[in-house]
Amino acid sequence: MSQLPTTTIIGLEVHVQLKTATKLFCGCSTKFGSPPNTQVCPVCLGLPGALPVINEHAIELAIRAGLAINCDIPPLTKWDRKQYFYPDLPKGYQISQFDLPICADGCLEIVDPADADATRRIGITRAHLEEDAGKSMHDEAAGRADSRIDLNRCGTPLLEIVSEPDLRTAEEALAYLTKLKEIMTHLGVSDCEMQEGSLRVDANVNLHIDKHGQRIATPIVEVKNMNSFRNVVAALHFEVDRQYAEWEETGHTIETHGKRTFGWDDVKGVTYPQREKEESADYRYFPCPDLLPIRIPSERVEEIRGSLGETPEETRERLQSQYGIKAYDADVIVSQGRAMVEYFDAVAMASGEGKRASSWIQQDVMRTLKEQGGDIESFGVTAEQLAQLLSKVSSGELTNDRARDVFKHLSENGGDVDQAIKALGIEAVDDSEMETLVKELLTANPKVVDDVKNGNQKAVGSLIGQARGKNPNANPQKVREIALRLIEQA
Amino acid sequence: MLDSALEVLRLQAAGEASAVEIAERALDAIEASQSTHNAYTHVDRESAVAAAKSVDAKRAAGQPLGALAGVPIAVKDVLCTSDMPTTCSSEMLRGFRPPYDATVVGKLRAADAVIVGKTNMDEFAMGASTETSAFGITKNPWDTSRTPGGSSGGAAAAVAAGTVPLSLGTDTGGSIRQPAAFCGVTGLKPTYGRVSRYGLVAFASSLDQIGPMAWSADECALLMNVIAGFEPRDSTSLDQAVPDFTLATESNDLRGVRIGVLRESAQAEGIDESIRNAVKHAIGVFAELGAEIVDVDLPHREYWVPTYYVIAPSEASSNLSRYDGAHYGHRAGAEAKDLVSMYCRSRAEGFGAEVKRRIMIGTYALSEGYADEYYNKALKVRRLIRGDYDAAFSQVDLMLGPVTPTPAFPLGDKIDDPIQMYLCDLFTVGANLAGVPAISLPGGFDPSGLPIGIQLQAPTLEESRLLFAASAFQSATDYHTQRPNQ
Ligand SMILES: [Zn+2]
Repeated sequence: MSQLPTTTIIGLEVHVQLKTATKLFCGCSTKFGSPPNTQVCPVCLGLPGALPVINEHAIELAIRAGLAINCDIPPLTKWDRKQYFYPDLPKGYQISQFDLPICADGCLEIVDPADADATRRIGITRAHLEEDAGKSMHDEAAGRADSRIDLNRCGTPLLEIVSEPDLRTAEEALAYLTKLKEIMTHLGVSDCEMQEGSLRVDANVNLHIDKHGQRIATPIVEVKNMNSFRNVVAALHFEVDRQYAEWEETGHTIETHGKRTFGWDDVKGVTYPQREKEESADYRYFPCPDLLPIRIPSERVEEIRGSLGETPEETRERLQSQYGIKAYDADVIVSQGRAMVEYFDAVAMASGEGKRASSWIQQDVMRTLKEQGGDIESFGVTAEQLAQLLSKVSSGELTNDRARDVFKHLSENGGDVDQAIKALGIEAVDDSEMETLVKELLTANPKVVDDVKNGNQKAVGSLIGQARGKNPNANPQKVREIALRLIEQA
Repeated sequence: MLDSALEVLRLQAAGEASAVEIAERALDAIEASQSTHNAYTHVDRESAVAAAKSVDAKRAAGQPLGALAGVPIAVKDVLCTSDMPTTCSSEMLRGFRPPYDATVVGKLRAADAVIVGKTNMDEFAMGASTETSAFGITKNPWDTSRTPGGSSGGAAAAVAAGTVPLSLGTDTGGSIRQPAAFCGVTGLKPTYGRVSRYGLVAFASSLDQIGPMAWSADECALLMNVIAGFEPRDSTSLDQAVPDFTLATESNDLRGVRIGVLRESAQAEGIDESIRNAVKHAIGVFAELGAEIVDVDLPHREYWVPTYYVIAPSEASSNLSRYDGAHYGHRAGAEAKDLVSMYCRSRAEGFGAEVKRRIMIGTYALSEGYADEYYNKALKVRRLIRGDYDAAFSQVDLMLGPVTPTPAFPLGDKIDDPIQMYLCDLFTVGANLAGVPAISLPGGFDPSGLPIGIQLQAPTLEESRLLFAASAFQSATDYHTQRPNQ
């Protein structure tokens, strides 16, 4: 039996956690991974009498994000309460934005996964600010129903970006998400760390089936709370098949069955319907009386627009042309976000060594960051220090290996380059001392002398290792030069 | 009789009484009156005496003292106190001790006031008689068969019973002014935003305001000086300069002041003859003091109560959803078999009838399909009401009228008739909907000796004008100097 022609209709709601130091309505830290309920105060706990106060930085980040996805920033935005009962929602309502979101009517252009030369324009309905809820942890082992609640995340600022149902395949959805993540990271709006929950996706999906020229729409399914792109793709593929099969079996359409809420089971690789109760919510939105509406003057929007800087694409192209690095390398650096680009720019400019800077950053810097678990803004080796280090390598003052030792020392102990060099006992070896050392080695290695005389200059290589064994500061280049000169003179 | 903060300050300055002696006197008076009036939900002798001791120590050491040094004060149990329970007179919050002080409470402490206890109120400030309290009813010190009014009934009775010279109430639809009228004291509802709401357990956030209660306008001014002012933790707090309110009570000359009288208020149906006479009499007093009396109209007045009874319950239904048994406060016992039934049982057990009624009204008014018909329409009418006030205050400096349709009614009289109870707010809710300041001051007695209040309203931020006019009135009358027979 062949399948009828079918179009998949996908719209995404992406929750991006804004990169603010403090929460949306109080001064508590947004740091991830602290012990439960250690980053809370009366405001984010929703204690009686506590009142919210807006974090201006969140407003600025939301505007930055909105402008980058081509949204309008209306002059007036306000706060609404969305009411529902849930144990990790301490106030019994979430402060969100209902009818006047901070960003409206945007779009994002993505490369068409089906045709690399074409682009697709995906509409963005709106992006609004809201506070995150806490986290419930259920321990139902041995028949107990033991639930614990961690409210550290309560009040963390989220930007919910809602797309038009313009996506047609799971691959397009992936391209859209990838692009969105890149922009948010690049602008410093969000870390988009999915494993930390700072980017979460709800997908709305249904099918338009063409039966003898008549279009039949299947019920819309909203798959909630996916926290990896892989899951989104898998869930969408699963839903497309499931919805077609369900329609064949039951004939349910959007007219008869409207919209339903599903979850995604990552282990089984299936979507599953959530309880009926969770679907028929009446959120009873109304303006939050504790917060005044926010007026955003157009001058402020323009000021932020002016500070947006280049797009990730522009940055990628510039890095390639300005420093002669490969597209792949530019991509790796840009994908780390704007702060990394700035770091790279600073190192490359100051050292005049674009390619060397690129390889050091991709290998040494990124690996060390991963080990130490910090971000580039607070990294122990500043761009100036790394540039200084690379300059010393290119001038021959330091070997690559010794430079790595210096780098490691700096990243662990701080201090400046010269101090590190001193601490590691690295000293320039003077020429006469070096000549004495090489002479000794030549005497001890007559075969090398013979080989070179017979035209095999590479044979000198074995002396370099021995030289560095005797004096770790011996410069390989120098050892080679001196050895060849002495052999020629002999 | 502890009835004047100014006298308390004088006694200490003159060395005639220490703060501890004064605190003991207040605490003894509370002990003596509590079984009769039940004005308090919590009294802490030890901590009050300790606070008074530290005032005496400061004085002895010659350290600078706050504006209310050693003055005993009672605080409505809707304001958070870190050292005393904050219950809102609800089973839901019985024993709840917030980890922080409300801003006004912090300001009282900074002013060296001695907080003697928390006063009884209608549950979550919903009511006009203090009969919905889970801690028992409060009785009117003028006549213990009658209600002290509500919801700040305890705060008004605490002053009227002579236990403290000052108290703090809150006013969402008249909850300071109506009990002040019933108890023969002076109560001021400031401009919305004039006093920080941080730490005030919300009933209807866009209407709630904290204000002073005392025998006279002069004493209210003293307390206003301490509690008023911008606070960044309350986004609706007004970033406006705070005048010295006590200066407003120094002159009695009302020449050039235009006082508007609400045309139909004196004729309104259901209004007691004695109230009508008191308003008429007050008009005469103000005219004698030099004020110019003119008629004014607030055309949408008939919509005040219905608008209020959509907006206030809507906000309340949302504000009270945090009491779900999950995080603090009352939680249903083990019989709850799942999450939803735990919520339902906790709320069923924790809330009283009036609170449940308003949560239901509010939930309905905000729900899908009805929000436009009720909540959104009420917001539109509220804008019209504010427009009425703007128009009226473009013609007059103050408005004069009754506070309540009747003097204090008998206990139990209206508790089973919510509509009758809601009509107690007939003359007071306008000021809350418009956000303007208003004051209730003693204006006479009915034939049976019950006090009667009259109300003055002023434009936004003109509390000084209210206090000035009220003080002038009190210089020409002696109603505020009368005391109930104890
Ligand atoms: Zn907090």
